[in-house]
Amino acid sequence: MGDCACNSGTKLIYSCSGVADVGEIADRTVRLLRKEGFAQGSCIAAVGAGLPGYVQSAKGADVNITVDGCPVACSRRILENIGITPVSYIVTEMGFKKGSTPVTTEVIEAVCANIREGKMDKPKEKTFVLSGGGCGCGGNC
Amino acid sequence: MFKIEVLGTGCAKCTKLEENARKAADELGVEYEILKVKDVNDIMNYGVMITPALVVNGVVKVAGKVPSVEEVKKMING
Repeated sequence: MGDCACNSGTKLIYSCSGVADVGEIADRTVRLLRKEGFAQGSCIAAVGAGLPGYVQSAKGADVNITVDGCPVACSRRILENIGITPVSYIVTEMGFKKGSTPVTTEVIEAVCANIREGKMDKPKEKTFVLSGGGCGCGGNC
Repeated sequence: MFKIEVLGTGCAKCTKLEENARKAADELGVEYEILKVKDVNDIMNYGVMITPALVVNGVVKVAGKVPSVEEVKKMING
């Protein structure tokens, strides 16, 4: 929890926490930004479930920020479903490819930096070679 | 009997919300009790991320805002 709304500029941040690599990156990015005090973390699943405390907190925040792994943008859409237009960041729109981006400190820091700086542009696609693991689909299953 | 809870750590907005809630309940003429919830863990158990917040009969009605007396009346009735 949180801030008392006596402090102006209450910011809540959510991640999609999707199962693919970019979803994990979104999740870890949000956890890092929360820890460093960039924004206060909240749970998008609880908003989606319609739990009143989370829904009302989203409605009462000055800014809601979503970090989604891919353009499906689940967390952004969950907020839109309750009438909120968040500031939306999408990992794949930062040049990271779904299914072939390693979840590393370097990548997470790059995504964090884009969000801290408010960058919404789409840099040239970055490509990575995965060393293996999982089912072999590359995160696309 | 309405159970009205004001969630917050005791700032000016929390005090104002309690005042509005009391006034709204009085004007509606309903039987009620008002509880102040200051413990952060108790507040978190409601899923409230920002305070102040108003809970009526266990349901969070608003968070991060101080609704007017008229708005609180609707929350009590709704």
